[in-house]
Amino acid sequence: MKTVKVFGPGCKRCAAAETMIHEAADNLGLEVEIEKVTDARSIAMAGVMSTPGIAVDGKLVHAGGLPDAGKLESWLSA
Amino acid sequence: MTTETEDTAPRHAPDWLWYVGVPVAGVIWYVLYAQLIPFSEWVTALLPVARDSHSGEAIAFFVYDVPKVLLLLALIVFVTGVLRSWFSPEKTRAILAGKREIAGYPLAALLGVFTPFCSCSSVPLFIGFVSAGIPLGVTFSFLIAGPMVGPVGLGLLYGLVGWQIATIYLVFGFTIATVAGWIMGRMGLERYLQDWVRELNTGPVGDLPDERLSFADRLKIGLDQVREILGKVWIWVVIGISIGALIHGYVPEAMMLRIMGGEAWWSVPAAVVVGVPMYTNAAGVIPIVEALLGKGAALGTTLAFMMSVIALSLPEMIILKQVLTYRLIAVFIAVVAAGILATGFLFNIIL
Repeated sequence: MKTVKVFGPGCKRCAAAETMIHEAADNLGLEVEIEKVTDARSIAMAGVMSTPGIAVDGKLVHAGGLPDAGKLESWLSA
Repeated sequence: MTTETEDTAPRHAPDWLWYVGVPVAGVIWYVLYAQLIPFSEWVTALLPVARDSHSGEAIAFFVYDVPKVLLLLALIVFVTGVLRSWFSPEKTRAILAGKREIAGYPLAALLGVFTPFCSCSSVPLFIGFVSAGIPLGVTFSFLIAGPMVGPVGLGLLYGLVGWQIATIYLVFGFTIATVAGWIMGRMGLERYLQDWVRELNTGPVGDLPDERLSFADRLKIGLDQVREILGKVWIWVVIGISIGALIHGYVPEAMMLRIMGGEAWWSVPAAVVVGVPMYTNAAGVIPIVEALLGKGAALGTTLAFMMSVIALSLPEMIILKQVLTYRLIAVFIAVVAAGILATGFLFNIIL
């Protein structure tokens, strides 16, 4: 079970990133729990400046724009 | 937009397809761009209106400008998207955090033009800058320059109005961003941040592995940007061009000279007051600017209008309210508006 955090104030890209994470997890047959972090303060505390940011099991792996689908799978399976 | 399924298809295209496809698209772009005038005259001739009537003028303006602005926009956004793939807010912060203050202002303004960021992440970006020890004034220079001298506005100004005015706009927009940031830095405004921002002690910056992108990857980023931005702004473009077409076709020159001519001193502040609440973007306002200048509006007044529409917007203030107190927002608006007014008056006097 992986815990994935998506950092973003709720713009379209953040929703798109979340969909991509679900798709990647389905492809890998993994179970993920997605937590959306929308509060500006918490986003800043995580060291994210460009949204959406993605952290897997507490480790920040991506910030700014949509991730590459292939890379997303490699982060989730790491 | 980015959620569409077709978005994922080009990502899997082999690199060589990008290196062939982008030049081919460039040639097609050029051919289309060269056909704009014949196309607009042809469309206008199909309609049952006299070419030199008010409606004929307005329609010709509209059918010429819509494809022209969309073509220019696609090109500018693509080139900008590719260039910006070398920049990121994280890199910009690292550069600015290590600079002496006085060099920081112009550098921040310059990086504001090249760093990709959307208004939806301006709050985390603001906090990220301030918490890394970048002076507040330098952060403001960055935030003002981004929209004020953005490549979209400059490129469209160049294509629709001409290089002279585009250059004037670039120089003055850049100067306002630099000087306004410097003045705000001297005012010691840190105490007017929201309390929680001042007390915030962010942890270490999220350490991201440096992404290695091939040139084809960067071209993909450019194309993604074109899809996203055109999908978002085309409606503003059509609205802006419609207003421009009405001005071009129906507003008498004598009336324009009375309201926006250089003689009417009050027209500059009036242009700023009208411009601030107008929420559009560079792509929507520049066709209006084109029509205004064509009808004899004074350059200073028009520049002031354009700058206040682009650089001072109410929605952005509402977003920044999360981190700034009203007092600081008021100072921000006042300083930037003063720079815009000075630019407007200067050009109305010397021209």
